[in-house]
Amino acid sequence: MNARIAMEARNVSKTFGQGAREVRALSDVSLQINRGELTLLMGPSGSGKTTLVSILGCILSATSGEIEVAGNPTAALNPEGLAALRRQHLGFIFQSYNLFPTLTATENVLLALKVRGFEGREADRLAANALAEVGLSDKAKAHPGTLSGGQQQRLAIARALAGDPAILLADEPTAALDTENGAAVMRLLAGLAKKGDRAVLAVTHDPRTMRHADRIIEILDGRIVGDSRIVAGAPALVSAEVSAEPAADTQNEKGRLRHAHAGRGRKRRR
Amino acid sequence: MIITLAKRNLLHEPGRLAVTLVGIAFSVVLIAVQAGLFFGFERMVSVVLDHVSADIIIMPKATENFDDVSVLSGEERYQALGVPGVERVERLVVTGAEWRKPDGGSRSIMLLGSDPRTGTLVPWNIPPSDAKRLTTPGAVIVDTTYADDLGVSREGDVAQIEGRTARVVGFTSGIRSFTTVPYVFTALDQAQTYQGTTGDRVAYLLVSVRPGADVETVLGDLETRIPNARVMTLNDFRTQNFHYWLFTTGAGGALLVGVLIGLLVGCAVVGQTLFATTKDHLPEFATLRALGAPAGLIKKVILWQAAMSGIAGYIVGAALLALVVIGTQATAMSIVVTPGMAAGLFVATIVMCAIAALAAILKVNKIDPATVFAR
Repeated sequence: MNARIAMEARNVSKTFGQGAREVRALSDVSLQINRGELTLLMGPSGSGKTTLVSILGCILSATSGEIEVAGNPTAALNPEGLAALRRQHLGFIFQSYNLFPTLTATENVLLALKVRGFEGREADRLAANALAEVGLSDKAKAHPGTLSGGQQQRLAIARALAGDPAILLADEPTAALDTENGAAVMRLLAGLAKKGDRAVLAVTHDPRTMRHADRIIEILDGRIVGDSRIVAGAPALVSAEVSAEPAADTQNEKGRLRHAHAGRGRKRRR
Repeated sequence: MIITLAKRNLLHEPGRLAVTLVGIAFSVVLIAVQAGLFFGFERMVSVVLDHVSADIIIMPKATENFDDVSVLSGEERYQALGVPGVERVERLVVTGAEWRKPDGGSRSIMLLGSDPRTGTLVPWNIPPSDAKRLTTPGAVIVDTTYADDLGVSREGDVAQIEGRTARVVGFTSGIRSFTTVPYVFTALDQAQTYQGTTGDRVAYLLVSVRPGADVETVLGDLETRIPNARVMTLNDFRTQNFHYWLFTTGAGGALLVGVLIGLLVGCAVVGQTLFATTKDHLPEFATLRALGAPAGLIKKVILWQAAMSGIAGYIVGAALLALVVIGTQATAMSIVVTPGMAAGLFVATIVMCAIAALAAILKVNKIDPATVFAR
C-alpha cells in the first residue's frame, strides 16, 4: 500500500435485508483515503454515505469486498480485533456528538485516551493538548450540557484526535451547527489533516463545507459517481463512475441502518 | 476513568440511586436479621451445653435433645469411672418441675442440678461468690428475664419446687431457654430432692478425660463398657441438640429460607436498577465500543457500578441493622451479629450485586457499535 494511503476500500458492497426486502446500500465501491487531506464524502440522503463511513470505520461489516485500515486488512478480524484497530488508528466524530453527559470536557477526552491505553500524567497532558488544539482549554471542567453546539462539536473533535490517530472519520460534522460554527469546525478539520498528516474523511451533504476540502467524493445510490480534487478553489475531476442502475432506493439511509439493526436483533432473538 | 464513569453514571440519577440503596439496605437487613436470628437460635438452644466443662457426655439412649427428661439407670457412673483415661464423672440433673410462686400460681421450670464445687456446670453471668451460695440447702438461682414469670424480684424470696422450699440466692442475666421454660439452677442433691430421686439416677454424666488421654479412645471404651447408654463427645451432642431443634421444630428451616429470600430480593432489586441504569446508558456504552473500547472495559464499568452500589447499600443497611440489633438485645430472641458474620454479609452483598449485574452485562454484550451512526 502507498504510504500516503491511510485506508482503502476495494469492491465493497453492502446489502441489508433478504429476499424481497433486500436493499443494496453500496455497490462495488472502491476508493482510497489519503493522509494529509480533508476528504468530503458527499451525497443526498440515502445515498450510502453513512453506510460507507461505518464500513470504513470498521463498525459495520461489508457484504463483500475488502477494507484496509492503516495497511491492516480487516476481513479476518473478529469484533475485538476490529475494536483494537479502531482504537489504534481511528478517531470518530459523530453527528450528535455522542459525548458523555456525566463527565467533564477533560474527562470525556481522558476516557477516549483510556480506551487507547493512555493513563496518568501522559493522559492528562494529551487531554490538555487536545482541548487546547480545539480552543476549549477554558472549558476543561465544563460538562457537555453547558456547552454550545459548536463547542460540543469541538469537544467531540478533541476526543477523536486525542492520542493522535492516523485517521479521523466525521459524520455530518456541521449538520447541527450554524454557518459560522460549521465553518469553524471545517477549518479545524482541514487544519488537523494538514498539521498532523492525518487522513480526515467527513461525510456531509452540506455544500458550505466544500471550500474547506482537498478532495470531494460523490456518492449516489450506493455508487461512487465523482471524485474531484480542489484545485485553486475549484473541483478538478480525478475519476468518476456513474451507475446505470441505481443501487439504493431513496429511503433515508439512517432509517435503513436502524432497520438493519432491528432486523439483526430479531434474527438474534430467533 | 472507569471508576469515575461508573460513579457518575450512578450519581447521574439520584432518585434511581436512592431506590437501589434502599433495596440493597433492605436486603442486607433482611439477610442479617434472618441470619442473626439463626445464630441467636443456635446459641440459645446450646446455651447450657456451651457452659458445661467436660469432654464426653453420657445419657439415656432415648435422649434426643438437652431438655429431654429421661434418666439413667444409676449404674453407669461407676462403669464409667472404671474406664482407663477417665479422670472424673460428674452428675447433672435436668428435669422438668413445677414452680409455685410466692404469691400463688405456678409455672413449669427446667431444673438444672450440678455440684457447684466442681465447676462442671455453674451459673454464669453472675459473680462467682453468688454461685457458691447454691451449696446452702434449698438455694436456687434464676434469671432476671424470667423473674416476673416466677413471681420473684429479690434475693431471699421464697417459692416452692414440687412442694418443697426454694430460696432465691441470686439472679443471672441473659440465660434464656429456647422453649421459654425458665432454667432454674440448684445444687445436685437439692435437685434430686426436688425430683424425688437419689444417687446416680440423673439425666447426664459429664466425663472429663485425663490429660494426655485420647478422647476418642476413651469414648470407644465407654461405649463398650456402657452399652445401655448413649456416649458422645460434648461437641457431637451439641450438634445433635442443635439439629434436633433446627429440623424438628422447623424454626431453623424458616430462618434459612428467610436468608435465601433476602438474597433473592436483594439480587432482584439491584439487578433491576442496574439493568435500568445500563439501559439508559446504552448509547454511551455503544459510543465507547465504537471508539474501540474492549468489551471487558464496559463490563468493568458495570461491575464497578454494582460494587459501588453494594458498598453504599451495605453501609446504609449496616447502620439500620445496628439499630435492630440494639433494639432486640433485651428480647427473648435476640439477633446476634458477630464480626465474622458482618464481614460475610459484606462479601455476600458484593457477590449479590455482581450477580445482579449479569443481566446488564448480557445487555451490553449485544451492543452494536453501528448504532452510533444510526441515531
